[in-house]
Amino acid sequence: MARGRPGLTGALVTAAVPLGFLAVFFVWPVLAIIRLGGGGGVAAVLSSSDTWRVVEFTVGQAAAATAVAVLTGLPVAFLLARTALRGHTLVRAVVMVPFVLPTVVVGLAFRSLLGGGALPIILANAFFNVAVVARTVAALWSHVDRRAEDAARSLGAGRARTFFSVTFPALRPAVFSSAAVVFLFCATSFGVVLLLGGGEYSTLETEIYLRTVQLFDLPGAAALSLLQVTSVIAVLVIGAVLRRRSTTLNLRVDTARRPRGGEWFVVAAAYAVVIALLVPIISLVAKSSFNGFKALAGTGFRGSLQITGWDAALNSVKAATYATLLALALGVVACVALVTLSRTRARPSLVESIDTALMLPLGVSAVTVGFGYLITLDKLPGDLRTSPMLVPLAQALVVTPLVIRTLLPVLRSIDSRLRQAAATLGASPWRVWREVDIPLASRSFIAATAFAYAVALGEFGATSFLARPDSATLPVVIGRLVSRPGELNNQMAYAACALLMLVTTAIVIAVDRLGTVGEF
Amino acid sequence: MRRLGPLLVVTALVAGCSSTPTNSHTVVLVTHDSFSVDQGVLDAFKADTGITIDVRKTGDAGALTTQLVLTKAAPIGDAAFGVDNTFASRALQEGVFAEYQAKDSDKGPQNYAIDKRLTAVDVGDVCVNATQDVDAKTFEDLADPRFKDQLVVEDPSTSSPGLAFLLATIAHYGNQGWVNYWQRLKANGVKVDSGWEEAYSQDFAGSSGKGPRKLVVSYASSPSAEIGDDGKARTKALLDTCFRQVEYAGVLNGAKNPDDARKVVDFLISEKFQKLVPDAMYVYPTRDGVALPEQWQQAAPKPESPATVPADQIQGNRDRWIEQWRAAVRG
Amino acid sequence: MLRIEGLTVRYGRTTAVREVDLEIADGEVLALLGPSGCGKSTLLRGIAGLEQADGVVAWDGTDLAGTPVHRRGFGLVFQDGQLFPHRDVAGNVAFGLKMAGLPKEPRVGELLDLVGLNDYGKRKVTELSGGEQQRVALARALAPNPRLLLLDEPLSALDRSLREQLAVDLSRLLRAGNSTALVVTHDHDEAFTLADRVAIMRQGEIVQSGSPEEVWRYPVDEDTARFLGCSTFIDGEVSGNAVTTEFGEVELSAEDGPVRLGLRPAALKTGGEHPGIVTAAVHRRDHVRITVKSATREVEATAPIGVQPGAVVGLRLDPDGMAVVGQRRRPR
Repeated sequence: MARGRPGLTGALVTAAVPLGFLAVFFVWPVLAIIRLGGGGGVAAVLSSSDTWRVVEFTVGQAAAATAVAVLTGLPVAFLLARTALRGHTLVRAVVMVPFVLPTVVVGLAFRSLLGGGALPIILANAFFNVAVVARTVAALWSHVDRRAEDAARSLGAGRARTFFSVTFPALRPAVFSSAAVVFLFCATSFGVVLLLGGGEYSTLETEIYLRTVQLFDLPGAAALSLLQVTSVIAVLVIGAVLRRRSTTLNLRVDTARRPRGGEWFVVAAAYAVVIALLVPIISLVAKSSFNGFKALAGTGFRGSLQITGWDAALNSVKAATYATLLALALGVVACVALVTLSRTRARPSLVESIDTALMLPLGVSAVTVGFGYLITLDKLPGDLRTSPMLVPLAQALVVTPLVIRTLLPVLRSIDSRLRQAAATLGASPWRVWREVDIPLASRSFIAATAFAYAVALGEFGATSFLARPDSATLPVVIGRLVSRPGELNNQMAYAACALLMLVTTAIVIAVDRLGTVGEF
Repeated sequence: MRRLGPLLVVTALVAGCSSTPTNSHTVVLVTHDSFSVDQGVLDAFKADTGITIDVRKTGDAGALTTQLVLTKAAPIGDAAFGVDNTFASRALQEGVFAEYQAKDSDKGPQNYAIDKRLTAVDVGDVCVNATQDVDAKTFEDLADPRFKDQLVVEDPSTSSPGLAFLLATIAHYGNQGWVNYWQRLKANGVKVDSGWEEAYSQDFAGSSGKGPRKLVVSYASSPSAEIGDDGKARTKALLDTCFRQVEYAGVLNGAKNPDDARKVVDFLISEKFQKLVPDAMYVYPTRDGVALPEQWQQAAPKPESPATVPADQIQGNRDRWIEQWRAAVRG
Repeated sequence: MLRIEGLTVRYGRTTAVREVDLEIADGEVLALLGPSGCGKSTLLRGIAGLEQADGVVAWDGTDLAGTPVHRRGFGLVFQDGQLFPHRDVAGNVAFGLKMAGLPKEPRVGELLDLVGLNDYGKRKVTELSGGEQQRVALARALAPNPRLLLLDEPLSALDRSLREQLAVDLSRLLRAGNSTALVVTHDHDEAFTLADRVAIMRQGEIVQSGSPEEVWRYPVDEDTARFLGCSTFIDGEVSGNAVTTEFGEVELSAEDGPVRLGLRPAALKTGGEHPGIVTAAVHRRDHVRITVKSATREVEATAPIGVQPGAVVGLRLDPDGMAVVGQRRRPR
């Protein structure tokens, strides 16, 4: 008989890849920058009431934005997963577009629509993240057996009761998974808080930036970073506890049908959300003009760009493709390791710790990580600090947790007996992955790919940090144009936004098509 | 797709690695993200000298300075451009730059010199901009009830022009008077935004955003971009409310290629580069005798007597001044 | 031939299967029968290689310790099919052939014929009824010609009439293919329909194994007898080919002397001499199951349709429903 733990060693070796990556490109830089600041600032920062006000606002606005994103994302998830209606691809694209838009233009759009203040900050943060909830939950929802709901309904449960007693528990892992991701994104949002807060509101992220860059108060920044890391870990642990008890689902493939009766209300709510998402998007497109597009075809107003807008679009697609492939590879390896570990009856706490560790980069200041790179990565061969490879590497850090959160709920919910059935039919462990897990998770994989692309396409920080003038991407170009005076520059900026939306939509549609041709 | 994936990743990695230039005559120029130059000029420079300039952009002037300081032990480049007079002291104190007097540094740049290690490449004046119908001229006018609820400024803690305007008021009213002046501005309805983008393009009436306010803190050069179809400037800079930001270049301590780096600094104040500076970066050249573009001559003349505050004083008092400003304006 | 020696499976501190020895001859169908939670499914999973276990699992004398699940050549059918939802019916049946690199046709067609689903190849498995799904699962497991077929409660998810029908079909299929099989079930009807031999399992151990009739008539102890449907236990005295009890005398083959008897409801019928009052009556398909209170005890019995609670009946013994507890069958 097989003794020991088959697969455990292999899983640990596999897990070493993403963990090693995390150690080199996250833990090391962050620890280095915190150490550089020294421990001196901790006491002063922690005892200041300002600090706690900042923490309160950071957590408060992120929690509120997460709640809004979940409440608006769920009807859209229902629409995508459960209804057979036309136009799903377009809906998927529309919810994804906000994800790639540069914060500065979204901030400006919300400012002109809603003015400044806490509520616009919350709404803008939710706006960016509806896609995370909608697509992660939809990926799982499309696999949940509808018969359990029908059974509950036949037992006399009302729609709401059915949802809360049958449907929601099944969706729980995906809902809490995506909520954790959204929370972290919102907690570290930077541009939106500055722009819409008008200096009245600050978050840990903006404070860390100000202390590091403007005041060069490294001890203070280090103390705040430490606080941020600690609170992120706390949030992640809570999230992990909430999404524990992932249920085994009776995985089905085709549960979409025409909505009936009261389902039309949910569908209407979903379309209302889509329309609400379209408002800022359309207001942005409206600001572009024919002149803007014409100028974008050249190198801009008085050569303010060094490349044409179309070149920038091409650069965006190219860079995003590399980053996506790298991030997907890493994310999938991480998922395989986590799933294999939990299947080998490794201690659940071990699996959860690895999972939580891989989520950390989402919640820690890009400033901390970025400056951490500067003082660590020169010690690696090839001095990665100024390499163009650092951009996809840094993005992979953010995309990997997204891939994990999208894929893992579905992979975990695959009945182990289905895999065992394949094994008894002669499928080796690798074949089982190929024949069972991968095809069943393919919808989630497509969602993960779309996210990875969106993150890479919309990425501004690391790209503007490292992009050469001739390899500028669309967000970089937009950032440049919007920070210059002149009507034409403005129109060009919005034309570039429209172009970015177009590229995103095209890629989301292409990824969708690719997936539907593949396995189903 | 499944089989293609890993292959593409490998290709990408190889492509990424091989695209890093290995030419020994390469100078890595670290700069901020508003740096802009026509590729043709860089190509011409290479043809003349054999030196390839590899431009690395890194955030705003503050982020650039922070980066240079953090990496002083293992510099990320050979030369740096874009540290301005509000951040210069920090960079100098930390020993980021090596001593170098650029060729031609006596042909104009010397007027802005603060140290033997830095060469002034351009100046950008931060001034209050106004629509043409406004007859305000001075700091005092801004606090005048005639212009109630007309001025929008940027937060000095988050915005570089915001800090510059704060420094302008400190230079004008002195240590004793400036807080009082801001209290009067507050009473007169000054609006504070976090950044230039929202202040200028959304709240200012003279920009394409057609906002409600007729006075905004921006640059002396901004009006050159707001020329209507009739050829007339829609906005103007109030030249008595300016603060001068000077951007410097220098050779980094520990540069791998210091000889070529010096030539790059020389290039930045050469006639060829200087005449491109206005359109590319919306700033004025430091070199004497470089003609401004036509729109600039019409709408954005260089201010003659802008305010300045010595770099070391900015460095020494920035935190305190910002705190005092917060108390006066926000409190 | 499958041989198991000292097989033990532990989950943490609990031992689910303890020191089990078992053999299945080529072409034999063995039913592993026991109440839920007795460890029978765990034993089956241990044989398949799906559980870590101590002890020996050997096929034709070769220890399978180092042989992973997918190389054992053991087919497995789960209670609820576990069909691949992303493949159609033919794709499911062809799976094992694909893994073995064998051609799909004509095998897939033959098997679909065999399970009576010959036109179903292109159907989605999610559109099938439960019975159809189980047939596909069986065809899928049989397709690569497994040397041993493991069936884990293959019929218990189905409704009763379907279950009985499928049990007969399954029995025919197993015989027709001369398959060697291990069926795990908690249903004795199912076990006796399918199996050549039955092993009774309780609390992780095999307590008895033998032919269906032997196990049915001579359960090893009262617990086993109770599991096999005996609800009343009485003492008797065997002499010759008859046994004398409180319910009278009846023909029985057992050793002379005192004997413990287990009575199923069918062992007590109305129309006898031992009176009692009917306290409850439940209709079954062709009879009434009644509870009768006599002077000494309350027993389960069967009566013709029409008997009502309150009626006074006389009971008699019927040897068909009796079991001899704790004795080997006396050789005739």
